[in-house]
Amino acid sequence: MIDQAGAVRIELTVNGRQRPLEASPHQSLLSLLRDDLGLTGTKACCLVGECGACTVSLNGRIVDSCLILAVEADGAELTTIEGLAADGPLTSLQRAFLEEGAAQCGYCTPGQVMAARDLLGRIPHPTKAEVQEGMGGNLCRCGCYYQITEAVLGAAAAAD
Amino acid sequence: MSGQIGVSAERVGGPARVTGAYQYVGDIRLADVLHVKLVTLPCAHARIRSIDVSAAERLPGVRLVMTAASLPQPVPRFGPQFQDRPVLAVDETKYHGEPVAAVAADTEDAAEAGARLVRIDYLELPPILSVAAALAPGAPLVQDPELRPGDPLAETNVLREHPVSWGDVAGAVSDLVVEGTYTFPMVTQFAIEPHGFMAAPDGDGVLIWSSIQHPYWLQKIIAEILGLPLAKVRVLAPDPGGAFGGKQHTKFEPLVAFIALRTGRPARLILTLEETFQAVRRMSAEVRVRTGFLSDGTITFREVEADYLLGAYADIADRAASKGSHISCGPYRVPAARIVARSILSHTPPATAFRGFGAPQPNWAVESNMDDAARALGLDPVELRLRNLARRGEEFIPHDTTVDGDWEQTIRRAAELIGWGTPLPAGRGRGVALGVKSGPTTGLSYATVRLLADGSVILYSGTSDMGQGSRTLFAQIAAEELGVPIDRITVVMGDTAVVPYDQQTSASRSTVLMGNAVLQACREIQAKVRAMAARLHGISETAIVVERGIVRLPDGPVTIVEILKPGLGSLGGEVIGNGESRKEAEPGHPLSGSAAFYEFNCTAVEAEVDEDTGNVAIVRHVTVSDVGKAINPLQVRGQDEGAAIQGLGHTFMEHYIFDESGRIRNLGAIDYRIPTSMDLPVELQSDIVENADGPGPYGAKGMSEGALICTAAAVAAAIRDATGVVIRDLPLTPERVWKALSERPLATAAAHEVAQRRVPG
Repeated sequence: MIDQAGAVRIELTVNGRQRPLEASPHQSLLSLLRDDLGLTGTKACCLVGECGACTVSLNGRIVDSCLILAVEADGAELTTIEGLAADGPLTSLQRAFLEEGAAQCGYCTPGQVMAARDLLGRIPHPTKAEVQEGMGGNLCRCGCYYQITEAVLGAAAAAD
Repeated sequence: MSGQIGVSAERVGGPARVTGAYQYVGDIRLADVLHVKLVTLPCAHARIRSIDVSAAERLPGVRLVMTAASLPQPVPRFGPQFQDRPVLAVDETKYHGEPVAAVAADTEDAAEAGARLVRIDYLELPPILSVAAALAPGAPLVQDPELRPGDPLAETNVLREHPVSWGDVAGAVSDLVVEGTYTFPMVTQFAIEPHGFMAAPDGDGVLIWSSIQHPYWLQKIIAEILGLPLAKVRVLAPDPGGAFGGKQHTKFEPLVAFIALRTGRPARLILTLEETFQAVRRMSAEVRVRTGFLSDGTITFREVEADYLLGAYADIADRAASKGSHISCGPYRVPAARIVARSILSHTPPATAFRGFGAPQPNWAVESNMDDAARALGLDPVELRLRNLARRGEEFIPHDTTVDGDWEQTIRRAAELIGWGTPLPAGRGRGVALGVKSGPTTGLSYATVRLLADGSVILYSGTSDMGQGSRTLFAQIAAEELGVPIDRITVVMGDTAVVPYDQQTSASRSTVLMGNAVLQACREIQAKVRAMAARLHGISETAIVVERGIVRLPDGPVTIVEILKPGLGSLGGEVIGNGESRKEAEPGHPLSGSAAFYEFNCTAVEAEVDEDTGNVAIVRHVTVSDVGKAINPLQVRGQDEGAAIQGLGHTFMEHYIFDESGRIRNLGAIDYRIPTSMDLPVELQSDIVENADGPGPYGAKGMSEGALICTAAAVAAAIRDATGVVIRDLPLTPERVWKALSERPLATAAAHEVAQRRVPG
């Protein structure tokens, strides 16, 4: 439904919590998360779906939230980086990132963690090549790629 | 906590990175904030005839449209080296992306819509986009000569020349002279966090938020522009989300400060990635190198002419040209040298610092020249380098720091790890190269450490932790010296109202310079604890030794904290230590000072070339750096691998492409590619040499840039080893490699042409 100001009423489940919201028709999901919900853990960089910094999970699949309109996500279940360790302790994947030195500046890290979580959901015991391919859409200019790969492989091994 | 040094402590602040809780500049929300959008022209060089802001100003939500005319006159100019960059374009734009106006509005949407309504009447002028165009007779001047009073070069596009020479080049007698001309591409830092700037009025001063590496340098520039005391300019600098040199210096902070002060509201400008491409980049360069050798490989002379292409405003790029070229003869005994670097202005985005700081460009030429020479002389490329390598204590650049490491160890280790000299399958080749870079030439860092009553610690430092891990290193030093677990230490950075002065976070200096300041602050606390212990035990201070967290009393050791609690008494309180670390300027030195240390790296690669496609796969990539002492080996590995992978970017894929209007055609992440996890060497091995011979704490040296400096030359040498083709232009794209392969007989002939026997130097 579009109101007079052009905003559209939508409802999302974000990190397990139902959120009735209003979004502009042209507003990206990324902007909705960061600017309206204050969930700034999801990062903005290229805004054209190339860098992976804004990766979130939408109905169980990862997407670049910069490429999804907020109104497209109406009714969806969303998990952002803030949803991973909401109860306090870090997930084994997040711990593995720290132990392997896989976060330097950390700006790409939330997107990397979300992509790795999705990868391990699909392939619980990936090979090194599968990790590198699966994480190929997430840029890290600090160049932590090997350490990220080791973290993902380490988290997979720890899940046994 | 003795035993904190040389261990891979987990990153301080790490949990906030992996949970997304850390707030980078763009994550900070200010109430009542104005969103700022820049207005630019679709060309590089244009004369601005008029600007009509009326339609933009009428748009609901737009609160201010700033142009040069609405700024103080003359429009303030700033820069770290030259005061040449105006807050907004004055009369002319000089690069694609230079802002002509800025629109501040209640919402981002309104700011963007307002920016589109600013009408600029302009005349497009031909841009200077290359060294050749800048130096052509009658070329238009990029900078107004009036900006360069008294400068003999003011009527040219050469900003500065940096000649350095020693020995008798003309008189050198050589058996072989090898020469070549090499080009290095224009590449961008591409920090994943785009640059962010915010400002707000703050009583009788101003608050600035910036993703900047040098908050104190920014404070100085803002204070000068606004006519405020330093104490009235508070810079909040959250840890940058990657910087790599690109976030060293002031960019749009003065603009947002003027908008905030004019409107009385906070102002926020977060650049798009495309705008960061237009804000920061590395200098491209054309480098000619000519080296004389005796038949046994001994270098007789070396000439390096490096033309670095700057943008329209100098930023810190001229300094990078002078510093990078100064060490361009490499880590060798060169008895006679003539180096001339020129920094040349053009209508391209302002070049600034980028990991390696002017060194990778000549290194690409000089190390490739060494490979050429080895082949022409029939010598092994590793052996040729070892024969000429300067050894510990040797003055390899006159009046500069002598060799501060056992560099031969680094080379031999890399050769061993790559399997140098062992047989290779067909289609594969190996290459090796050396990288050397001068550390900081001046420096000033203060640190304050507070040991609180419960034995926990707060450490204050003006360093920026942009991923290199300084927070962790400083915490490790304090933990070691004060006997406190790392998780009881808080490291405070990034607020000029709180942390003491630090000159800058650059040149891989922080572990050494700030690290020493932190160490000194801890030692001051140790001295106070020693006095406390003497008082408590009624003995002389001379009977007590405090070191690495332990107080050694005549009747046995106790921890610092065990002395602290009774020593402070019932009122509690704290023990404060201050540290100061200086590297003074040296008058007359061409770089204002000698190097605090050298970063030395040897990179060796094994490459496989697909002759049908020109695609090059790196099978093995070995990087060995002389780090003095790895305080945190995991972080050292991260820095070394990161530098190597960044080096593979300019080696294989990265370069700006301009059109005839000076627009970057591959603007943004789709068309400008940086390495991903799919572009990696099959195997990358990072190793270190540790002889505890650096000037930093526990013998550490800076090490974050070394592995990037010689990547390209090592890779090109491996391609040549595999195929025989010589390529002198970067990046080594499949297209370029394929083209070289298809023209192989010609390329091979050209390589032989440069080698002339028995030519006097």
